[in-house]
Amino acid sequence: MSVLVSKESRILCQGITGSQGSFHTEQCIEYGSNIVAGVTPGKGGSTHLDVPVFNSVAEAKADLEIDVSMIFVPAKFAADAMKSAIESEIGLIVCITEGVPVQDMIEVKAMLNGSDSILLGPNCPGIITPDETKIGIMPGFIHQKGSVGIISRSGTLTYEAVHQTSICGLGQSTCIGIGGDPIKGLNFIECLSLFEKDPETEGIVMVGEIGGSDEEKAAEFIKENISKPVVAYVAGVSAPPGKRMGHAGAIVTGKEGTALSKYEALNDAGVATTDSPALIGKIMKDLLNR
Amino acid sequence: MNLHEYQSKKLFLDHGIPVLKGEIANSLNEAKSAAEKIQSAIWVVKAQVHAGGRGKAGGVKIAKSIAEVGERAAEMLGTNLITKQTDDLGLPVRMVYIESGTSIQSEYYLSLLVDRTKESWTFIASKEGGVDIEAIAEESPDKIINYTIDPLKGLEIESLKEMADRMDFIDDIQSQFISITKKMFEIAKEKDANLIEVNPLILDDENQLIALDAKITIESNALFRQKELLLLKDDSQENELEVKASEHDLSYVSLDGNIACMVNGAGLAMATMDLIKLHGGEPANFLDVGGGATTERVKMAIEIIMENPNVDAILINIFGGIVRCDVIAQGIYEAVKSTKIDIPIVVRLQGTNVELGRKILEESGMKIISASDLTDAAIKVVASVKGKVE
Repeated sequence: MSVLVSKESRILCQGITGSQGSFHTEQCIEYGSNIVAGVTPGKGGSTHLDVPVFNSVAEAKADLEIDVSMIFVPAKFAADAMKSAIESEIGLIVCITEGVPVQDMIEVKAMLNGSDSILLGPNCPGIITPDETKIGIMPGFIHQKGSVGIISRSGTLTYEAVHQTSICGLGQSTCIGIGGDPIKGLNFIECLSLFEKDPETEGIVMVGEIGGSDEEKAAEFIKENISKPVVAYVAGVSAPPGKRMGHAGAIVTGKEGTALSKYEALNDAGVATTDSPALIGKIMKDLLNR
Repeated sequence: MNLHEYQSKKLFLDHGIPVLKGEIANSLNEAKSAAEKIQSAIWVVKAQVHAGGRGKAGGVKIAKSIAEVGERAAEMLGTNLITKQTDDLGLPVRMVYIESGTSIQSEYYLSLLVDRTKESWTFIASKEGGVDIEAIAEESPDKIINYTIDPLKGLEIESLKEMADRMDFIDDIQSQFISITKKMFEIAKEKDANLIEVNPLILDDENQLIALDAKITIESNALFRQKELLLLKDDSQENELEVKASEHDLSYVSLDGNIACMVNGAGLAMATMDLIKLHGGEPANFLDVGGGATTERVKMAIEIIMENPNVDAILINIFGGIVRCDVIAQGIYEAVKSTKIDIPIVVRLQGTNVELGRKILEESGMKIISASDLTDAAIKVVASVKGKVE
C-alpha cells in the first residue's frame, strides 16, 4: 500500500519532448515508473523515449488507459495543459512547472472543483512511492521503501527530510511535494488524511514554510483527525518580514503566516515540532520506537 | 512587481476610475511647471516610492503657491524616505507627483486582491479610510466589508450593490462606487494585478468619489504577457544586489548578519538561515541558486555574496537533486580562484555525484572546511566567525 500512486500507475507526460520533460521522463523510466505515453501538440504519431506521442491528452486518453498526468510544459501554457487534463478526466494531475501566474490558477481551481481530478502542484517536485514509481524531479536514489509519509511545501528541503528518514532506517511510504505556490492543488489536509488511512504509513513528516495559513489549518485538522505521530518543521523563523506595499494582504491573513503562528498552532495540536531541520529524522525515529 | 502611484493612476485614468489632475516631476523646475499646468489654488507634492505610510513620514506635503510646490519638491527629491513599511535606510525619492488639491467630505478604504485562502479575487472595503486600516481590521472586524468573486460567475452586480449598501452609498454615489469596483476588476484581469488598493477613496464636496491614492502590484509570473508594464519597473526601489542577482536568475535577499549562504532551493535556503541563527550566528543573506545551477551561476552567486562588505564567512549548502554536486564544486573552485576569497568557506554537499564534488574540492588545495551534515555545517561556520560577531 501507499498513497495516490503505486507501480500500477499508468503515467502520461505532457510536454514529453521538451528538454525538461525529456530529461525527467527518462529518469522516471529508469526508476521503474510506468510511463505509457506523452503529449506534445504537433508531434502526435511519433515515438519518444520508446513511448507513443499524442497531439492532445484527449487523443491519448481515447487510445490508452491513463491514471496520472505529469506536466512539464512551460509556465505560459501550463494552465491550458492542466485544464485539458481535467477535461479528459485524468485521476491525478502532477504539475511540476514553476512560475504559473496565480490568476491562471484561479481558473484552474474553479474548473477542478466539481471534477473528479486531483491536482498536485504547480511548482512542486512531484510524488514518489519508493521502489515503485517516481513521478517528478526528485533524485530517486535517496529514497527507501518504509513507513514514513512525507508532505512538503519545499523541494530540496523535502530531499533533506527523505535523506534523514532513509539513513535512520525508517524509509518512506510515499513522499508528496505539494509545492509552494499560493494557489495550488493538494494541500496538507488532504495528504494528512490519505496517510492516516494508509496502513503502511506509521508516522507523518510535515515540512512547512512561512506565508499563508496552510500549516495553521493543518494543525486544526490534526487535532481532530490524525492519530499517527506527526513531526513538523517550518522553514523561515529567521526570515525578515517581507517588504510590502498595501494593507490588503495583512487584512486577509491577520497574524497568520509567521513561523511563530504556525509553530504555536502545531504545538497546540500535539505535533512534535522541531526548530532544527536537521533533527526531523531523529525525532520521528524516537517517536516510532516508543 | 510594484507600480508607483503615478503609474497606477495612469491605469486608473485609462480605465475611467476618477483621479485628480496630476503631473510627474523630477526637478524643482519640472515641479513648478507641473503645478502651472495643473492650475489649482492648492497642490499636493507626493514622493514616489514603493511603500505605504508616506504621509506620516513626510512624503506627502501641501503647497499653497507654485513657488512652494518647487520648494517642497526640492526638499523631497534626492532624499531617502523612511516609512513604517520600509527598512531603516528607506527608499530613494527620484520623482514626485504633483497633484491638484481637493475638498474632502469623507474618506473610505477599497481594495481588490488575489485571495490565496479563498482561491479567487476578494474586494475589501471599509467606511473608515485613510487611517490605519490594519488596526481597524484587528480591533473591529465588523467594519470591514468583504466580497469574494465566484470565478465561474464573475462580478455579480447584486453583490456589488450589497457592498455599496453596507458602505451607506445611495443613489448616484452608489452608481459611482459600483462603476469604480467594476473597473478595478477590469484592470485586475487585463493587467494581471495581484493587488489594487485605493486608500483613501474620498467623497468630495460635489459628491464625487475620487481615488486619492493608488497602489498596484502586478503578478511577477505574468510579466511575460504584460510587456508594456515591464517598462514601468523601477529598479531604484529595489536593493542593488537583489536586482543584479535576479538578472542572473538568482534569488537573493540582503540581511543584517555576517554569514553569507549559498543554497539550492528556497526552502532549504531558509532552513539553512534558521540553523545558522539556531547555533548563534547571523545570516548575511538569503540566496537560492535554483534547480538548474551551472558552474557560471555558482560563480556569479559567490561574486554577489562577496559584494556585501559585512560578510566574514560563507556557508555553501547543496542537496544535489537535479543539480550535480561536481558542477557546484567546479563553480566554487573557479569563483574562489578568480576572486581571491580569503575568508572561511564551509561546504556541505549531499546528493547526486557527491563523491565527485568532494574530490574536486579536496584536490583544489583551497582552504575549505567540509561539513558532514546540516548541523555540523552550521556549527562550523558559526565557530569560524566567533569573535567577529558583536
